[in-house]
Amino acid sequence: MAYRCDLGGERHRFPDLKAVLAAASPLRSGDELAGLAAASDAMRVAARTVLADLPLKTFLTEAVVPYEEDEVTRLIIDGHDAAAFAPVSHLTVGGFRDWLLGPEADAATLAALAPGLTPEMVAAVSKLMRLQDLVVVARRCRVTTAFRTTIGLPGRLATRLQPNHPADDPRGVAASVIDGLLYGAGDAVIGINPASDDVETAIALTTMLDEMRQHYAIPTQTCVLTHVTNALAIIERGAPVDLVFQSVAGTEAANRGFGIDLAVLAEAHDAARSLNRGTVGDNAMYFETGQGSALSADAHHGVDQQTVEARAYAVARAFRPLLVNTVVGFIGPEYLYDGKQITRAGLEDHFCGKLLGLPMGCDVCYTNHAEADQDDMDGLMLLLTQAGCSFLITVPGSDDVMLNYQSLSFHDLLALRSLFGVRAAPEFEAWLDRMGMGAPEGPARLLEAPHPSLARLFDRGDAAR
Amino acid sequence: MKPDPDTLPDGPLRTDLTQDDRWAALRRATPARIGLGRTGDALPLRPMLDFQLAHAQARDAVHAVLDVEALAAALPPHPVLRVHSAAPDRPTYLRRPDLGRRLDDASIATLEEAAAARAQDGGQGFDLVFVIADGLSAKAVASHAVPVIHACLALLDGYRIAPIVLAEQGRVALGDPVGERLGARLSVVLIGERPGLSVADSLGLYLTYGPRPGRRDSERNCISNVHGRGGLTPDLAAAKVAWFVREALRRGLTGVALKDGIEEALLEGEAGRLPGGSP
Repeated sequence: MAYRCDLGGERHRFPDLKAVLAAASPLRSGDELAGLAAASDAMRVAARTVLADLPLKTFLTEAVVPYEEDEVTRLIIDGHDAAAFAPVSHLTVGGFRDWLLGPEADAATLAALAPGLTPEMVAAVSKLMRLQDLVVVARRCRVTTAFRTTIGLPGRLATRLQPNHPADDPRGVAASVIDGLLYGAGDAVIGINPASDDVETAIALTTMLDEMRQHYAIPTQTCVLTHVTNALAIIERGAPVDLVFQSVAGTEAANRGFGIDLAVLAEAHDAARSLNRGTVGDNAMYFETGQGSALSADAHHGVDQQTVEARAYAVARAFRPLLVNTVVGFIGPEYLYDGKQITRAGLEDHFCGKLLGLPMGCDVCYTNHAEADQDDMDGLMLLLTQAGCSFLITVPGSDDVMLNYQSLSFHDLLALRSLFGVRAAPEFEAWLDRMGMGAPEGPARLLEAPHPSLARLFDRGDAAR
Repeated sequence: MKPDPDTLPDGPLRTDLTQDDRWAALRRATPARIGLGRTGDALPLRPMLDFQLAHAQARDAVHAVLDVEALAAALPPHPVLRVHSAAPDRPTYLRRPDLGRRLDDASIATLEEAAAARAQDGGQGFDLVFVIADGLSAKAVASHAVPVIHACLALLDGYRIAPIVLAEQGRVALGDPVGERLGARLSVVLIGERPGLSVADSLGLYLTYGPRPGRRDSERNCISNVHGRGGLTPDLAAAKVAWFVREALRRGLTGVALKDGIEEALLEGEAGRLPGGSP
């Protein structure tokens, strides 16, 4: 169905719903690259005007990616909870925005509503919201998940400790883990991106992380972020897998580009849960997403990148994840050009994920060919923390020496803790207290009785290289 | 990353670990920026400036202009051609990877003239063409492309090699239309890799058999990390190129199917010099 809007003496036409959604999106390089961005700023406002008057129900009957061609669309439509949707089913997208900002939309109401919302609905309403709206509404959402720590409690901010090493050297990884623990990072997960995609390496790292966790009795979960089919092989081999990781996208074709489909994710989810390694909960999946991934796989079906991204959250929520985060600035300037676009996208992704009921975190990050720097990351991390972000990714000194991009540092976490009073997950916080990590002599204890891989390092003095 | 112990403040998490021998041992285990110390909750000034310098160098490498004149002067006696992608400038290049994979009109004419001249002289088609493109680090090209080319040419005696093509604002896939227009059986693209904070001048090489627009990345072979900070040397990169050239032309393909075998081939007599082996 075509849409049109007369605005400011101009007539704007949109051939279909996905054209309206694309034109309504704040400007970003990925939509320009795809040829989907509004041709003018006035046209962008016209698209938003069309969107504002559109009944939310439209998204239940008009799919942006055809139902017959795409299993993600089928998941969204077949899994829709009409009863949960009922309280807002009479609203337009504009009316929904006002309702979200009004007094009715409290934590309990939003949690009950989540199964009634589709990714396209939340993407659409986000396009009618400014940054502060995205922060205000996301902050009201309460999504709690658990494995060995509880993620998403009020007043808490968890972190992934990301100890990557360019050659997957277990001692080098251990050194970065210790550095992060000294700052109190790692309650969401201690999670490595391996440089190699080889199963043996992943088993060695999984085993090392688990030994380290047990050695220091740290209540947290570990993860080697390797392909889900590798994780299945690793579980088969009996390695101590806590969380199973996978990158996911918002269309069947883009997921095929990642070498996955819903069936293999279901298989992995079953395998992860069968290990039964959680102590305070059984959320055992970890997903990453990012605007631009579908376009880069040429699998976006003419849908704007923010809407496709929100569809990835429908994939994620089908598997009750412990953690989901957008790697917002990682994919490059052809999708998000500068600090302004990265900031906007980070808050959109967090908002959409939370509204759909996901434990949403963010890798606040950028590459060296984007027009961004650590100042932009400061802004985004402050906004996300105000928005009640579930967890943030942290690396030593903001510099990921394996993936060659910049994220947040452990220092940034300390700043957020003292600025906003946000605390670590309760189980992990108790461990920090037990270890006396708040006291001057506390951190040294980690080295007094070092993990064997570290002890060897100390003995050899000049160890690794 | 040598944190200054004097900048360490009092307060929670204060630690003398930065002065601890054991901490020095940890630092040797990883190039990551660990044990930086603290000023309040913040990074001390010196590591902050170290970080800013590394980021500045990476950005300068991304935005540096390729000195085509200097390259053209360093390559003779081998003939040289100059082309430009359809991305007119760096901001467009960064936003529009599709334009960086296509030739502009003048470059198409240049290559067609060269191919026609070759045919008129009765010369046979080219076995391979080297394309040197700025990519995301003109600095990498300026530092390593010429020695790599000379080392390759020394190992590829007897092959019919096209004029070396110097490409501005080019992506890897620009080698596809270049190879097609020149009628080369194989293209070898030397290109600046995306700079990281530790290495801003790393060169990558991509080989594509039967170059033509539309080739997928899985149909290419890549030799990456040619740089001076523990990366691949020009001689070893050239040895890999020579192996790939010989095998690609013999078997009529590049890509995933060709990858197997090179490690073993190069390991013979060169044990311990391979990247990706034990450091």
